[in-house]
Amino acid sequence: MPVSGYIFDIKKFSINDGPGIRTTVFFKGCPLTCWWCHNPESQRNEPEEIENCNFRWNLHHDSYLRNTVGAKIYVNEVMDEIEKDRMFYEESHGGVTISGGEPMLQLNFLYSILSECKTKDINTAIDTTGYAAFEDFKKIYDLTDIFLFDLKLMDSKLHYEFCGINNELIHENLKKLSSLGKKNILRIPIIPTITDTEENISAMISFISKLKNVKEIDLLPFHKTAKSKYERMKKLNKVAELDVPSTDQMEELKNRFNQLGVPIKIGG
Amino acid sequence: MTGRINKLRRQSLDAVPTMSHERAQLLTEFYKSGEPGKNSIPVTRALSFKYILEHKELCVNEGELFVGEKGPEPKATPTYPELCIHSKDDLEILHNREKVWFKSSDESRKIILNEVAPFWKGKSIREKILSEVDEDWRDAYKAGIFTEFMEQRAPGHTVGDDKIFKKGMNDFKKDIEEAISNLDFYNDKEAFSKREELRSMSIAADAIISYADRYSKKLFELAEKEKDSERKIELETMAGICQRVPANAPRTMWEALQYYWFVHIGVTTELNTWDSFNPGRLDQHLYPFYKRDIESGLLSEDFAKELLHSFWIKFNNQPAPPKVGVTAQESNTYTDFCLINVGGVTEKGEDAANELTYVLLDVIEEMRLLQPSSMVQVSKKNPDRLLKRSLKIIRTGFGQPSIFNTDAIIQELTRQGKSIIDARLGGASGCVEAGAFGKESYILTGYFNIPKVLEVTLNNGFDPRTKKQIGLQTGNPETFESFDEFYSAFEKQMNHFIDIKIKGNIIIERIYAEYMPAPFLSILVDDCIKKGKDYNAGGARYNSSYIQGVGLGTITDSLASIKYNVFDKKIVSMNEMLELLKNNFENKKETRDKLLFETPKYGNDDDYADDLTRKVFETYFNAIDGRPNTKGGHFRIDLLPTTCHVYFGNVLGATPDGRFAKEPVSEGISPVQGADVHGPTSVIKSASKIDHLRTGGTLLNQKFTPNFLATDEGIEKVVHLIRTYFRLDGHHIQFNVVNAETLKEAQKHPEKYRDLIVRVAGYSDYFVDLGEDLQNEIIHRTEHMNF
Repeated sequence: MPVSGYIFDIKKFSINDGPGIRTTVFFKGCPLTCWWCHNPESQRNEPEEIENCNFRWNLHHDSYLRNTVGAKIYVNEVMDEIEKDRMFYEESHGGVTISGGEPMLQLNFLYSILSECKTKDINTAIDTTGYAAFEDFKKIYDLTDIFLFDLKLMDSKLHYEFCGINNELIHENLKKLSSLGKKNILRIPIIPTITDTEENISAMISFISKLKNVKEIDLLPFHKTAKSKYERMKKLNKVAELDVPSTDQMEELKNRFNQLGVPIKIGG
Repeated sequence: MTGRINKLRRQSLDAVPTMSHERAQLLTEFYKSGEPGKNSIPVTRALSFKYILEHKELCVNEGELFVGEKGPEPKATPTYPELCIHSKDDLEILHNREKVWFKSSDESRKIILNEVAPFWKGKSIREKILSEVDEDWRDAYKAGIFTEFMEQRAPGHTVGDDKIFKKGMNDFKKDIEEAISNLDFYNDKEAFSKREELRSMSIAADAIISYADRYSKKLFELAEKEKDSERKIELETMAGICQRVPANAPRTMWEALQYYWFVHIGVTTELNTWDSFNPGRLDQHLYPFYKRDIESGLLSEDFAKELLHSFWIKFNNQPAPPKVGVTAQESNTYTDFCLINVGGVTEKGEDAANELTYVLLDVIEEMRLLQPSSMVQVSKKNPDRLLKRSLKIIRTGFGQPSIFNTDAIIQELTRQGKSIIDARLGGASGCVEAGAFGKESYILTGYFNIPKVLEVTLNNGFDPRTKKQIGLQTGNPETFESFDEFYSAFEKQMNHFIDIKIKGNIIIERIYAEYMPAPFLSILVDDCIKKGKDYNAGGARYNSSYIQGVGLGTITDSLASIKYNVFDKKIVSMNEMLELLKNNFENKKETRDKLLFETPKYGNDDDYADDLTRKVFETYFNAIDGRPNTKGGHFRIDLLPTTCHVYFGNVLGATPDGRFAKEPVSEGISPVQGADVHGPTSVIKSASKIDHLRTGGTLLNQKFTPNFLATDEGIEKVVHLIRTYFRLDGHHIQFNVVNAETLKEAQKHPEKYRDLIVRVAGYSDYFVDLGEDLQNEIIHRTEHMNF
């Protein structure tokens, strides 16, 4: 039986989700509920209502559902879209990134897409919250060229408060994953007053300093582009009043992370 | 930038475009003198050219390093009554219109209306054209099916090669003498007319030499009076240069540039050639001089730059000739499309970028002027450095330089039968047109409104706006049972109108060939001397006639809408569709939304729509490509709009893609404004589904927000984007790097945004100088962002 899954977007010319020009496939469904989530439509694992969806993935041109976000899609359909930009991946050493939501939640779907990509010689990345059984990571490990691993809050209680779950499993997974040998990219959202506190930043630096195989650290400044999505989905935006971090603050943070001796990037 | 360059640049920016009566008055004087009756037409034209150059006022701007202006001062713009007479109304309109105006003094008006216009009445080319073409041509023209380039301006559309940098006018005169002595009066029935033509070229060469001579004398006089000792030496040097060139081959970079400038003034004084004239591959032509002068110590790098700065400003002093009527609408700009080429490959096919290439890119960035336009040729053999340097200029947001695919251009030219060497030494000019520089006459004859053909098809050959049956009766669309049947009706209408246009072109070509030779231009283009034939009569080695298709996005989306909504999904009936269009979607927002948002669109790498792009491309190509013109060459296609997409939209009712009546159609091969929702890679994929290599040029616009290109990484990604487009044989891509918000602010407060420059089509323009409809169109183009 052909494998299918739920996605909420396929974004071409994605340039902040790994090296080169990439296509990012956004899986729907996430175990986390981060306050600052800029893809609130990623959280539920089934299609849901939204006003004026820009999700125009016209599956066989059967339907353009402008008030629904998310759709069931077969692996071959995803692959057709991925294949369309092959020339760009080749030229830029880019590829495909599976993001979300949490890709690991739809393991079978993820596995199929990654193995198809490998058969077709397309570079693969997954952008993960890290919240999944380590056994599952092992299953897709050989098919994944780059892990983009998110680190949010080092204090488990705060993690629970702001992301809806504890962080132990995530941090364990990251330790194990980095010992396996592949180079990982760590992604840290900089959310003023929440993740940019002195305690969190120093705990993070000390945690990362013990990890092996960190290829790069991306500091992702909080931004407000999701505001209208929250409104259109009639969801509560808990960070609506937060300011975006200043360029100076980001530079300062970059300098602090520099001591880790790996490339630090602001933005993805 | 030195103080004097700053001053000259300021002078150029502040100069008010005026209409100069000088050339028209001198020409009329000459024609009234009784001389003309004594000689053949080519010789008369050459003598009139000489008369003008011997009598026109000389202008030396303070501190400048090159001399020669088209009019008596910067931005004083001549008129060409032998082609197009300006009426009292025309002068009023030109003087008073809100955009692209030309002020005229009472004296100028008096001279033009009382001395010039009465003499040329009944003799102008424009009148000849309009009386010689058929009734159905006139009807289609009035309906806005096509435009006609040659009704106010002369064929030009050509570019210089390296010959003037190797030979002086005296050398060309020797070539002409030799060609005359080789004429075979016994076997060649055209020998006499060839001799007349060659004589006229020789006179034209003398004319430009004597123009330079006059300048030389003037400069010596000024030097004598000059108090500043440095400037005195400079003026003496310039006087010496004008003695040397164009009579003889140049020896230094300064001479080479002054020589070119005399040629530029010559070509654009002889006639108001489209796209003015153009030195072409400037980094290639100048490099030997530059290198030698720098190595010998004759020139410091700073002074070399100053020379280039001063040279650049000369172009900006020359607005395009005043245009009225439809011609003004299709090309509504002061820009005269002199497109300087840098980069590309050498004669042997190797990377041609050199030190001077990068110096010229600096000059482009520092000058930040509308004119000359600039472009970078990028072959797979050119390094990424060239692209990155160019993108760093592009990101400063004035739309220059545009980026061209050298490898595609070479294949386009060789497909048309040019030698590989001629193709490699060519490039693109005007907006995006591929040409064999110095060897080809490649004439754009007019824009063709492809979506309008659809409208006529939907009305069974009737034009709803002019209320006339202008097309064939291809059947009531309600009776069509399949999309294919509908499409074949569209195809028949297309062929019908192309036939009308081509017949008109053939007539107009002969009018220019017989009545309006261009002996000076003919010296500069191979093989006019060798063949003893004028540029306008087929003297060039290659002769191509283009019809430029407009509205590829709009036509694709409209056809896709009919196929999808009427035939495949039966969402609306043909009758309902026709009613929607007739009523401009009034009270039908919901249905219109379906057409707009729930129908496949070009620009999204979606084959449902893009297959129709391919189809309509083939129809257009087959209707035109390969048909013979009268100059031994062929008709070809290219896809670009200048500002014609606004005019073509204005004469077009609502279209099935959801576009309201009178809104602009899509420009170039770009998607309909806002229809591309999957980002630039999808646009590039869609755009590369037509076969660029069978065109002579296509134009693709992309808009990025400034922060996108702010980082080196962003630049890198755009390099990959361009390289991929070029691997897919894309011909050209250009970028606007400006926020929509900025543009909206500029609309509200034009006084604060006088210097805001944007990319329009194949050229840049001041945003506040654009018509409101065109401003809106640019705002609505899809903006690619980064988050």
